[in-house]
Amino acid sequence: MLIPCPHCGLRDHAEFAYSGDAGLKRPAPDANDEAWFDYVYQRNNTPGEHVELWHHIYGCRQYIAVTRNMRSHDVRGSRFAATPEAES
Amino acid sequence: MLVSIKIRNINDLTPSFCYNLIMGRQYSAFRLFREALNGQQGWPLAWADAAPKKSYDIIIIGGGGHGLATAYYLAKLHGVRNVAVLEKGWIGGGNTGRNTTIIRSNYLLPENALFYEHCLKLWEDLSLDLNFNVMFSQRGVLNLANSDAQMDAYARRGNAMRLSGIDSELLERDQVRRMVPHMDFSDRSRFPIYGGLLQRRGGTARHDAVAWGYARAASALGVDIVQNCEVTGFRMAGGRVAGVETSRGFIGAERVGIAVAGHTSHVAAMAGLKLPVESHVLQAFVSEALKPFLDTVVTFGAGHFYISQSDKGGLVFGGDLDFYNSYASRGNMPIVEDVASAAMSLFPSLGPLRLLRSWGGVMDMTMDGSPIIGLTPVDNFYINGGWCYGGFKATPGSGWVFAHTIATGAPHALNAPFSLDRFKTGRLIDDKGAGPYPWLH
Repeated sequence: MLIPCPHCGLRDHAEFAYSGDAGLKRPAPDANDEAWFDYVYQRNNTPGEHVELWHHIYGCRQYIAVTRNMRSHDVRGSRFAATPEAES
Repeated sequence: MLVSIKIRNINDLTPSFCYNLIMGRQYSAFRLFREALNGQQGWPLAWADAAPKKSYDIIIIGGGGHGLATAYYLAKLHGVRNVAVLEKGWIGGGNTGRNTTIIRSNYLLPENALFYEHCLKLWEDLSLDLNFNVMFSQRGVLNLANSDAQMDAYARRGNAMRLSGIDSELLERDQVRRMVPHMDFSDRSRFPIYGGLLQRRGGTARHDAVAWGYARAASALGVDIVQNCEVTGFRMAGGRVAGVETSRGFIGAERVGIAVAGHTSHVAAMAGLKLPVESHVLQAFVSEALKPFLDTVVTFGAGHFYISQSDKGGLVFGGDLDFYNSYASRGNMPIVEDVASAAMSLFPSLGPLRLLRSWGGVMDMTMDGSPIIGLTPVDNFYINGGWCYGGFKATPGSGWVFAHTIATGAPHALNAPFSLDRFKTGRLIDDKGAGPYPWLH
């Protein structure tokens, strides 16, 4: 599987470390237990597209958010994780 | 009708029992002899491929080992025979046929140890109970220690097991060497073998026979096994499940249980549930057949690798997940390389061996590495999933406790700790101590 790194270009996924779901929004520190439970444990996990964090540890060392199909492994795009979704 | 073939004393040999043994559906040496004289023409179908009825008392979704075992124990132990098992493909075609068939109960935490020990005890009598040879072979499971720290950890785990009444032996390097001499014990070994933790009662079984044995026994007790019947949704009424929409039409049900590990999240989502589960692919491999080479199950301590030899002679082995979420039931080259290098590190003599096949199975990876078996927020909807790497060995016990849970409406003491709400209450069962990162369990 090849992953397009916004800084380095198309690279083998073996250069990256996986860091899970990029769609999770960390609740405010004083949010209730339900919000924290949802953030820490609950996942949508439906077959189809998944936006996920990959750390380019054998490259530019940036965290990137990759949009990948979980059945076909087709990668539709990527952005720096620090870039808000709307600007990607 | 199947009858039990347990002959404890001479009084068990009643005329009807002997008739069944020779003429009936019972598999036996007599029957084999009779069919040999008959040109093998008299064997009935092992189980009936049923068409769905309009409704059932209990529907089990998923015709793998867990679902079929649940149906069998519902019929046998709880007297509920108006039961259907719905399978989207063919029975045993999912993860029941996509694993490395290792059976063990060598866990650290008491919740896991007691549950898997119950499973192991059921395995020990399973062929007799089902009148079907599941080829359960107690060849031992040997976890290698490749560092001092690992020896300490195994001493702790072995002691914990013994406190739970489970057999375990801590072996020194020389004892391991006598058991499996052809591993790399040289001075040049990158990961020297320090010793190991051995569970002699562990071993392997034949996966197809497990699915077929449970199917045959359940079918004989009146359970409908419906294949090519994919569940596409649930019909809800008043916060309860009224039945399931399937590719073969609507089927009503008083109670519904799911045993669809790998796909638990999106089946449960049809009933409005969100779960602490991610799906990941786990690959395994079998080599060409060899003469007897390895008479136990070995796991590597320096990498994630486990290997045994099947009765056909092929070496069956596996390794890590791909480490990224996946619903793809297929393999890929990076894992082949990773697992093959672990195999070579442990058994340098395997170099010339060729791989015959590889397969990938979709695993439910939970947030604490332990399964979920029990109630859900939906009143008459029960869940059995989240098996991570360990579903095959749990098959009998999983069905046993799930049948109890559905029949009585409350979990058995053995599966009460594996509740869905433990993630909310904080009573997690994290044997590895890896935290809420499903791919690390």
